[in-house]
Amino acid sequence: MDFISILSIFVMACFVGYYVVWSVTPALHTPLMAVTNAISSVIIVGALVAGAAHGDAARAAASSWLGLCAITLASINIFGGFAVTARMLAMYKSKKKG
Amino acid sequence: MEHAILPAWALLAYLASGVLFILALRGLSSPASSRAGNRYGMVGMGLAVATTLLTQAPIPPGDWWPRPGPADLVILAKILAAIALGAVIGLTTARKIQMTAMPQLVAAFHSLVGLAAVLVGLAAYLNPPAFGILLPSGAINPDSRIEMGLGIAIGAITFSGSIIAFLKLNGNMSGAPILLPARHLINLGTLLAILLLVARFTVDESLWVIAAITALSFVIGFLLIVPIGGADMPVVVSMLNSYSGWAAAAMGFTLHNTAMIITGALVGSSGAILSYIMCKAMNRSFISVIAGGFGAAAGTGSGDPREQRPWKRGSAEDAAFLLKEAENVIIIPGYGMAVAQAQHVLREMGDLLKAEGVSVKYAIHPVAGRMPGHMNVLLAEANVPYDEVFELEDIQGEFAQCDVAFVIGANDVVNPAAKTDKSSPIYGMPVFDVEKAKTIMFIKRSMGGVGYAGVDNDVFYMDQTMMLLADAKKMVEDIVKSLQH
Repeated sequence: MDFISILSIFVMACFVGYYVVWSVTPALHTPLMAVTNAISSVIIVGALVAGAAHGDAARAAASSWLGLCAITLASINIFGGFAVTARMLAMYKSKKKG
Repeated sequence: MEHAILPAWALLAYLASGVLFILALRGLSSPASSRAGNRYGMVGMGLAVATTLLTQAPIPPGDWWPRPGPADLVILAKILAAIALGAVIGLTTARKIQMTAMPQLVAAFHSLVGLAAVLVGLAAYLNPPAFGILLPSGAINPDSRIEMGLGIAIGAITFSGSIIAFLKLNGNMSGAPILLPARHLINLGTLLAILLLVARFTVDESLWVIAAITALSFVIGFLLIVPIGGADMPVVVSMLNSYSGWAAAAMGFTLHNTAMIITGALVGSSGAILSYIMCKAMNRSFISVIAGGFGAAAGTGSGDPREQRPWKRGSAEDAAFLLKEAENVIIIPGYGMAVAQAQHVLREMGDLLKAEGVSVKYAIHPVAGRMPGHMNVLLAEANVPYDEVFELEDIQGEFAQCDVAFVIGANDVVNPAAKTDKSSPIYGMPVFDVEKAKTIMFIKRSMGGVGYAGVDNDVFYMDQTMMLLADAKKMVEDIVKSLQH
């Protein structure tokens, strides 16, 4: 993919983000932050690429260890972020009638 | 430009995971659809991780499926161990955390995203062929160097900034702003130096350049957040949320990965919008929040020294009697209520009143908690149904018909000075029109302390105001006891 295609995706996604986030009800802004935090850990994709790279040379080996550390950090976020969001969302209850 | 050639199914999978993340945020438009949204998010993440893992083993030319060798399996085991470690830490934290501590937790999570971005950037620098950013000449693609440099810089700022925000929110560090002399000059200088270094990195890929970018960005993240006072932390947390998104997007550019780019853009916009909402709710400009220092001059207030004015003190019995006689009650909770852990007994009071035929509503100011929407979570935890909870603009018109406005642990958000007194530090902030209510009950620990902004409140001294001086939880418990008689 060339730079312009990627930039186009990015710009379009910014607009999608703008409209989607304004439609989020203010009552759910804390779960919104928790879940955006979880999904921004999609950076784990980069960490996996680094961690999975073969390397005998010192630089490649160091890169792979950095990747593994980043995988752990991002996983804390992914599991913690989704779990805490689920925990919060489970608490929101509607008025029970009757 | 030797970008890793991924099979078409992998590209589609990344796109699908980006779309699932959009649906995850879309679900949050109502509590009813939110739980499904969260599951979309999890599926999207699972898809992105699985796709990446599958495409990391060598894929023979012309084939579309990887053929892992023994070395690949060893690496896979290491990766799964790293994920498992993170999962255990993450899940334990998520289960144990108190809802009042949510702002700290989110700040801590942001710092992890930031640090992960830095590590990924450095890993890409050390092993460019793995990321497909090595030119045939043996140099790293200059475009990728800009993206990498910016990703590392934003990641490092997110990391150190979030650490400071965490320490301030968690009380390990005073919420008071720490003001260095000439800080604006130092900060601007450091930011400029970082940008120059990123520019330099495009022509000179030596290690010292990238190390200097990393180090200076850690420092600037620290310097930027240290002067910002505790009252502005909701803005800071939202802002760092935004940064963590931009960091992910920058890395997405390096990797040409659509899932990362879409997510980065979503999270970046989300944090930016939340910062804007918070700033507006406090009537503060974003620039003045970033410049810091708010809360340093607390107490200088409206200028006139606080004279002794007459006020009325009520007892729990008086309050219970009036509440029971009322038709419409609006409860305005503030962070003081959460600190006193009074939300459960408050809901109990609401239930008793409802049983007496009183209409009970909760009014939430956007800055009622320590992060956007925080108070809503705290009330939800106490089993307050979300359809009894209203935002400022939705309930503002109802105070004129309201018999009792019950203010608990809030102060600045009901201060009419925000509407009338131009010299007040909170002037222009949207506030609840509690003074229109027939009776105002104000739970406060003592007449001494005056809110976060350090401003006196005319509501204390109004004819229809009954001051209930006690610990919030204790007072509501006493009201509940009286109501039960």
